[in-house]
Amino acid sequence: MAPSAARWNHVWVGTETGILKGVNLQRKQASNFTAAGQPRREEAVSALCWGAGGETQILVGCADRKVRHFNTEEGTFQGQRHCPGGEGSFRGLAQADGTLITCVDSGILRVWRDDDKEASSDPLLELRVGPGVCRMRQDPAQPHIVATGGKENALKVWDLQGSEEPVFRAKNVRNDWLDLRVPIWDQDIQFLPGSQKLITCTGYHQVRVYDPASPQRRPVLETTYGEYPLTAMTLTPGDNSVIVGNTHGQLAEIDFRQGRLLGCLKGLAGSVRGLQCHPSKPLLASCGLDRVLRIHRIRNPRGLEHKVYLKSRLNCLLLSGRDTWEDEPQEPQEINKVPSEDTETDELWASLEAAAKRKLPDQNQTQGALQTKQRKKKQQKSISP
Amino acid sequence: MAKASEKNGSSGKKSLKRKAATKEPQEAAVAEDGATERGAQPPKAAAFPPGFSISEIKNKQRRHLMFTRWKQQQRKEKLAAKKKLKKEREALGDKAPPKPIPKTIDNQRVYDETVVDPNDEEVAYDEATDEFASYFNRQTSPKILITTSDRPHGRTVRLCEQLSTVIPDSHVYYRRGLALKKIIPQCISRDFTDLIVINEDRKTPNGLILSHLPNGPTAHFKMSSVRLRKEIKRRGKDPTEHVPEIILNNFTTRLGHSIGRMFASLFPHDPQFIGRQVATFHNQRDYIFFRFHRYIFKSEKKVGIQELGPRFTLKLRSLQKGTFDSKYGEYEWVHKPREMDTSRRKFHL
Repeated sequence: MAPSAARWNHVWVGTETGILKGVNLQRKQASNFTAAGQPRREEAVSALCWGAGGETQILVGCADRKVRHFNTEEGTFQGQRHCPGGEGSFRGLAQADGTLITCVDSGILRVWRDDDKEASSDPLLELRVGPGVCRMRQDPAQPHIVATGGKENALKVWDLQGSEEPVFRAKNVRNDWLDLRVPIWDQDIQFLPGSQKLITCTGYHQVRVYDPASPQRRPVLETTYGEYPLTAMTLTPGDNSVIVGNTHGQLAEIDFRQGRLLGCLKGLAGSVRGLQCHPSKPLLASCGLDRVLRIHRIRNPRGLEHKVYLKSRLNCLLLSGRDTWEDEPQEPQEINKVPSEDTETDELWASLEAAAKRKLPDQNQTQGALQTKQRKKKQQKSISP
Repeated sequence: MAKASEKNGSSGKKSLKRKAATKEPQEAAVAEDGATERGAQPPKAAAFPPGFSISEIKNKQRRHLMFTRWKQQQRKEKLAAKKKLKKEREALGDKAPPKPIPKTIDNQRVYDETVVDPNDEEVAYDEATDEFASYFNRQTSPKILITTSDRPHGRTVRLCEQLSTVIPDSHVYYRRGLALKKIIPQCISRDFTDLIVINEDRKTPNGLILSHLPNGPTAHFKMSSVRLRKEIKRRGKDPTEHVPEIILNNFTTRLGHSIGRMFASLFPHDPQFIGRQVATFHNQRDYIFFRFHRYIFKSEKKVGIQELGPRFTLKLRSLQKGTFDSKYGEYEWVHKPREMDTSRRKFHL
């Protein structure tokens, strides 16, 4: 059941224990996938990205400097690639035209041929980005453009097909009111679709917008949020806003046109490590050190949709961008195809039907490993006088 | 009118009032022969007609009297019901249904999905390879540094001294205004495994920072109800140098497990049972009670205990990954009162 159902998982989460978890929000199941069958801390997932061919392959960057290929259709790891060079864990992983782009902590950015072979061939391209990199992000519109930034490592935009010099190198803001140099700590970068602009969030709780098209290399807009380092950021679909998360688990939606705070999202208790918005639906997936994956609804109304307890600390996540989240209609076909698994699927159907009957008066979703905010709210309402 | 005054006059005495009450409907009926309606009795005169509540009586003394009378009756009924139930139970003997369990907040605790299942492999692996693994694998033994916030007052200093007698292999150092971030690398180079900082406010200790040293988590607690040795009544003599046993009660959730392991890693592995000393960290409703006792078994089932050392209560405020860095560190768990304390039956440890 698990291998064929892996394709229907909505969210893929990488953990510190080396387990890749696939969460199906419709069926409310979380399943573990490991390369070696056992969790291993040396394989702690530090970066995740979609592989070639739509959303059928995931590239998992692990702490032992290997990039493993995971096939979502089969639900198995199908090969790995050792990417040596530099020190530290992967800070960015991207895939472009049959090549793999990796960037590590010490600032070595390498482009590898995507051979799927164990033998580590020499990289096609190597760039030294500068030490202390915190994030490398690929432009979704132009796969050969990447941006890097980190601690005392200003934002740089690189063209992998161009020269060895960055296309855009950001300049630090002016000295502050005490005439002291403002420190730099770019924690996350996002490319704005439809223009050349970039947005970064920093460890000094600033959100900055850069425009390479404008003559100034300094940020075009700067706002601050909170008092704690911002660790993750994602763009919201449609709106001119970003959602940032900090080390205290506070999520905020910030409008980057005006630079004001639109609203906050509650629920997280630990540092936010991964954030991603769905491209069309108003859903936000967040994961963090408190070992819980949360799906929030960003607007009308803003609130928590799903909460899944996954037992290890979560490092990064990938939200599937597909529009249809229901996968139930596929089930009957599977039953017909695999008669030997009839008893299992019959039991599954029986339990599903029983759950549906039980829940008809409530018109709520089925119970299971997940809790939904509505049910908790109802419980709370019933308990409190 | 005369009868009304009669009623008021007798309102002081309960027995008379009772007779008056029984007489009232009759008197009212008699008085109302010439009065308005026959069927409707005046509400105040009748005993307990429907739709009437004692709070509608405007006269305070009378109202109070009616209320006390009502209360006595309620108490009587309750006592009678209890007696009856007891009789029935005795009559049934073995076949009596089990006594109903009273509801307490601990009973009604909201189901917490993070409660650790002992058979869970993933959590077991996580714990086997976390920052305390070297302690639990017996590769390191604890060495604790106890210090305070800057310029501590008497209570805090004495608490530190007493804590150092409770925790073996611990050293108390005066803070001298040093920054924790500078103390920590020095501690690591001198092989300390844990750092305890007792924070003080207005001459009383009110906070505890417990940082596991090489790169381990830092827990920040609120400390309350601190009792030094001299303030504990009927205490035993000072604790000896024996390594105490540890009791960790009720740390059920994943967060509770992490904190429990943190406490366990403060003490050396092998307790010396000769010393008969035990340190208890009891978690109830997210408050952790620390007690230090000496026990003696009088027989197989009877134990005598003497409370020895200091006693305090802790409440977890935050658990930060990495050593102490409150501004730039990443937090694993932060207590947010407005989000987490909305239900009286939800606990996190």
